[in-house]
Amino acid sequence: MTEQEIAERVKKILIKEFELKEEDLTPEASLYEELGLDSLDSVDLVVALEHEFKFTVVRNLDEEKIRSIRNLSDIHRFIIEKQNTLPQASK
Amino acid sequence: MSLKKVVITGMGAISPFGIGVKPLMEGLYSGHSAVISQKSEWEEQVKDLNCWVGAPVKETLPSKSIPRQYRRTMGPTAIMSLLAANEAIGDAGISESILTSGRTGVSFSSSTGSAESLTQYFREYFSSASLKNISSGTFFQVMSHTCAANIAHALNIKGRVISPDAACSSSTQAIGLGYEAIKYGLQDFMLCGGSDELDAVVCGSFDLLNATSCRFNDKPTETPRPFDRDRDGTVCGEGAGCIILETEESAIRRGAPILAEIIGFSTLSDGTHLAQSHSDSIVRCMENALENSNLKPEDIDYINAHATGTIQGDISEAGAIRNVFGDSGVPVSSLKGHMGHTLGASGALELAASVRMLNDGILVPTLNLIHPGEGCEGIDHLMDIRRIQITTFLKNSFAFGGINSILVIRRYFKRND
Repeated sequence: MTEQEIAERVKKILIKEFELKEEDLTPEASLYEELGLDSLDSVDLVVALEHEFKFTVVRNLDEEKIRSIRNLSDIHRFIIEKQNTLPQASK
Repeated sequence: MSLKKVVITGMGAISPFGIGVKPLMEGLYSGHSAVISQKSEWEEQVKDLNCWVGAPVKETLPSKSIPRQYRRTMGPTAIMSLLAANEAIGDAGISESILTSGRTGVSFSSSTGSAESLTQYFREYFSSASLKNISSGTFFQVMSHTCAANIAHALNIKGRVISPDAACSSSTQAIGLGYEAIKYGLQDFMLCGGSDELDAVVCGSFDLLNATSCRFNDKPTETPRPFDRDRDGTVCGEGAGCIILETEESAIRRGAPILAEIIGFSTLSDGTHLAQSHSDSIVRCMENALENSNLKPEDIDYINAHATGTIQGDISEAGAIRNVFGDSGVPVSSLKGHMGHTLGASGALELAASVRMLNDGILVPTLNLIHPGEGCEGIDHLMDIRRIQITTFLKNSFAFGGINSILVIRRYFKRND
């Protein structure tokens, strides 16, 4: 999956689940300050990403990475990293 | 300490008759029933119910008018509560600065939180043995104080938040506690009321106690039948009612329309049975409410009864009314024949309707009451619309758990300064 494809799918999640406007979803847009998400949303965002990209977030392993996510580009990088850790067969 | 006079300055309603107080009153004054068959909606959820009728809110709720960051923690019961609160706030002309002043509180309740969200939660849990796919907002939709907490959050209220979960007595008790908060000077404004959803599992809870109507599944508008000889149980409904209470001095200062005054409240435990309020405990509660208001039985000129159409409950309430009011001829009616038992919303919705009846000079009869049943006779049942100017009435609510609650409401008379 290319980064472009990942970005499109993340956008779709943010529009559908969090009712955000497509024009606001630039790679640099801050999830919290600019897009108005909060700690409850971050819980739901992780679940939505798990479903969409078929990986599992393990709290004690991934918590710091999740906490460091600030914008859409960070989400894309996190997804790529998670996908690279998946066994080849399930990619 | 000087006690404050407490007045009603706004009302909001989501009822089986629609969204707003106006459709509620149009439904009641027209004498229509809002009860319909629920069989097609419910039979996949619970296969062996005896009662297949209910009184749902048929209009689609304008949920999207609530911003997502508030809506995500709300199930239907909290959404209905906030919509009713918004109507009441508009009715009372309460500004944002009053809402956020810290002198405004919330006293709002439901029986169970969101039944729909609770069902979804356990469906997911039991099918997967995991909570991983439960959204973060679900807990806030299910928690017992979901209505009060979500109203306070959405409206940025900083005063006290009370959520007295008292089943079918919930909103009457919530209004009573809001009344006391203002009367004793603890708050200047209270948003009070309650809400509940119509749900197959909720109906099933009454069903398994043999408290539902089951002989009218093919003619839903003929049930429930409060006080009638052919009554066979209650019918669940849904909705939300909100009553704005404030001090008389504040209402006068703001030039707000004063719809009525609350002059007394009683909430007492039955103490003998969890499922049936004994007539003696209702007598105690009515006498206590009268004493709290410094009134005598002859001062009451209407009773808005709890009467849900159950065999025993209606006999207990009718007997208590006979006992306290004798042959004083106080008119009595229950609004549950029209819109079923709206559970946690019933106290607030029926109070809102009764306040409108007080101001309109019209008393609505008990729909489906044709022949008062054995044990229910000997009181002045309203069986037709009665045009009459009343001054003071009681609003009765009784609940599973043995919780009886009664409010005493009076027409507002401008004070002489």
